[in-house]
Amino acid sequence: MILAILTISLMAGFFGLILGYAAIRFKVEGNPIVDRIDALLPQTQCGQCTYAGCRPYAEAIANGEAPINQCPPGGAATIVALADLLEVEALEANDEHGEHHEIPLVAIIDEQTCIGCTLCIQACPVDAILGSAKHMHTVITDECTGCELCLPPCPVDCIDMIPVRQTIDDWKWTAPKARPDLAHEY
Amino acid sequence: MNTKAWSIKLHPMYGGLQLEDHKTGSLTQGLQQASLPPQLLLPLKQHIGVTNKALVRPGDRVLRGQLIADSSSPISSPLHAPTSGWIREIAAHPVPHPSWQSDTCIVIDVDGKDEVLPSHAVDTQNLSVTKFIKLIHDAGIVGLGGASFPTSPKISRGDNLGIETLIINGVECEPYITCDDILMQTYTDEVINGIAWLQRILKPASTLIGIEDNKPEAIKAMKQALSAGNLDNTHVVDIPTIYPSGGEKQLIQILTGKEIPKAKLAFDIGLFCQNVGTCAAISRALDQNQPLISRIVTLSGDGIRQPGNWEVRLGTPISHLIELAGGYLDNQARRHLVMGGPMMGFSLSGDQVPIVKASNNILIMQQQTIPQAPGDHAECIRCSRCADVCPAQLLPQQLYWHARAGAYDKTEEFNLFDCIECGCCSTVCPSEIPLVQYYRTAKSEIRAAQQAKFKSDRARIRFEFREKRLLLRKQQEEERRRLKREALKKKIPQVLNDDSVIDPVQAALARVKAKKQEQPVANPPKNTTNLSAAQQRQIKEADARRRTAHEQRA
Ligand code: SF4
Ligand code: SF4
Ligand code: SF4
Ligand code: SF4
Repeated sequence: MILAILTISLMAGFFGLILGYAAIRFKVEGNPIVDRIDALLPQTQCGQCTYAGCRPYAEAIANGEAPINQCPPGGAATIVALADLLEVEALEANDEHGEHHEIPLVAIIDEQTCIGCTLCIQACPVDAILGSAKHMHTVITDECTGCELCLPPCPVDCIDMIPVRQTIDDWKWTAPKARPDLAHEY
Repeated sequence: MNTKAWSIKLHPMYGGLQLEDHKTGSLTQGLQQASLPPQLLLPLKQHIGVTNKALVRPGDRVLRGQLIADSSSPISSPLHAPTSGWIREIAAHPVPHPSWQSDTCIVIDVDGKDEVLPSHAVDTQNLSVTKFIKLIHDAGIVGLGGASFPTSPKISRGDNLGIETLIINGVECEPYITCDDILMQTYTDEVINGIAWLQRILKPASTLIGIEDNKPEAIKAMKQALSAGNLDNTHVVDIPTIYPSGGEKQLIQILTGKEIPKAKLAFDIGLFCQNVGTCAAISRALDQNQPLISRIVTLSGDGIRQPGNWEVRLGTPISHLIELAGGYLDNQARRHLVMGGPMMGFSLSGDQVPIVKASNNILIMQQQTIPQAPGDHAECIRCSRCADVCPAQLLPQQLYWHARAGAYDKTEEFNLFDCIECGCCSTVCPSEIPLVQYYRTAKSEIRAAQQAKFKSDRARIRFEFREKRLLLRKQQEEERRRLKREALKKKIPQVLNDDSVIDPVQAALARVKAKKQEQPVANPPKNTTNLSAAQQRQIKEADARRRTAHEQRA
């Protein structure tokens, strides 16, 4: 009897320790699922998903209010990553929300035409446009996410979207293909 | 110098292959000096890291050794004019790159005078570590074993870490390549002086110079140079010829038996590795005040008339070198060019591409040995031969399956980034699967994803910062309004309760009234009064002109 009590108390103590350790070791803060969804979104902040940025969309997904296929900049890769994280089926991209560009786009301002109205600066979600009232504006290409939000406000239509300049460093190797019908030497 | 017989216990390397070395062809003659071509093509980026910016413009005259391109990043390597001439253009040209794409090059029209930029000798007495690193960086030195990683950041990371063993890599294990062999025979002193510099800076307890035993001449030359006794505790170690013993990790394993732990570098375990070519370049930079403007290139393979080694200015088109070497063996035959060796090299788009800092060997073959994009292949039969030969102790078959399925996170779990792309696995694979191509694809996809992640993280930070700023501004604005409202509230009852103070509206009206009454009685003088006769005449003439103009128009 005493032995049984002792064993059980010892076991209880032991498991308590494990649980206590696990609580510290695997401690989570904030709203982890929203953070983890947000981490997978491309942060273009374009609003094509119908939400006011990537984080609101992440919140909507976490609350089960939105399907995972509404982010055109993320494309299929983001859908697969989200499906993996949430353990749901990967959906086809919903192209009602927009088109995915294999090579991302960036905004470019025709500096000759710009009248310096500052409207695009107010629209840019990541402060990637530089300029001041009545002076020419320009886009900091490296910071531009290609969200296209600066296009509609421009009164003189002088902003264009162009594909990001690809350099030799952006080049990727391509995989060969296996063909089961090919005989090997063995 | 220790006169006692010195010996060292060598350790076996994992896996590896015995390959036919094909080295005699290019060793039949000594080092030859390549003549200057009419034009040099210098890609702005000839190293791993950040791309340089051109510092010259078309039409500029440059002298040998003059800095022509640089970057502010520490992980970069500046570029110098290899000879004197005029800058023709800065434009895209085909470069030696597996993509076969063009990249920005500085094109120099060579004037043939080979005029040197006058420079003041560097004070190499009492050289501090920082100064040494700066000199190495400014001389444009990169690892000349083929990887072309800038040397200065490698040394700065080894700074003050108490290097136990300095390892000098003279192994050159890939077939066909003999440029380091010839270098050790021809420029023995420069190699030794470069080692001496590294010893002065890194203060290693001992130095081991590893050379494969298929290079007896180089071993002899280096041993002889060491016997002068200028270097303390420095030994030439001849190691068995097995591929890829020249890999940094493999050479360290053979010489010290140590393995570099995952995610660590050699100096983390007290070691530091440098290639012999890099040592010679260090000596040239410090002892002769000469930046890296040339290198030794092996021309080899069954498609060239006279295989051999050439000391070549950077930027020399490969076609010029091939001409110097007697041309292609069979001008009609389809030929195939590779930069690097047959195991790790990559195929070139043509012979118009230039020699760059990384060009240790140009392989000219009559048959296509390395296609640019390998095509279809047979299936894996799970024979596991690939795992037997992998020097990095990886499971190439698993890597292959995961890479093929696009499961890149899995490839990382199987230590994809420990793969040195030696090609042993592809060589033994009975299905002739281009395994390395799969691994390179996986690596470039993973790197691209990392870059995209880096960019999106930045965008998130900027977005959140902007949101905060907008919120703050809104709050400040509200606060300002609130304060104003409060101030007004305080003021108005005061005004109403006290009869002695006039209502502010009444006061303002009174002020306006007072101002109106203040209007001057007399009109101020006009600017047409008190004019001289000449001025009056000019006015009359102008009025007359205006009248005639009006009448004419009417
Ligand atoms: S659609 Fe635009 S705003 Fe929405 S998650 Fe994708 S990138 Fe972010
Ligand atoms: S919205 Fe158009 S015109 Fe106005 S500042 Fe931006 S680019 Fe210039
Ligand atoms: S290429 Fe990579 S996987 Fe294949 S044998 Fe070499 S190190 Fe191993
Ligand atoms: S050697 Fe080739 S066929 Fe054999 S297991 Fe490896 S990949 Fe498969």
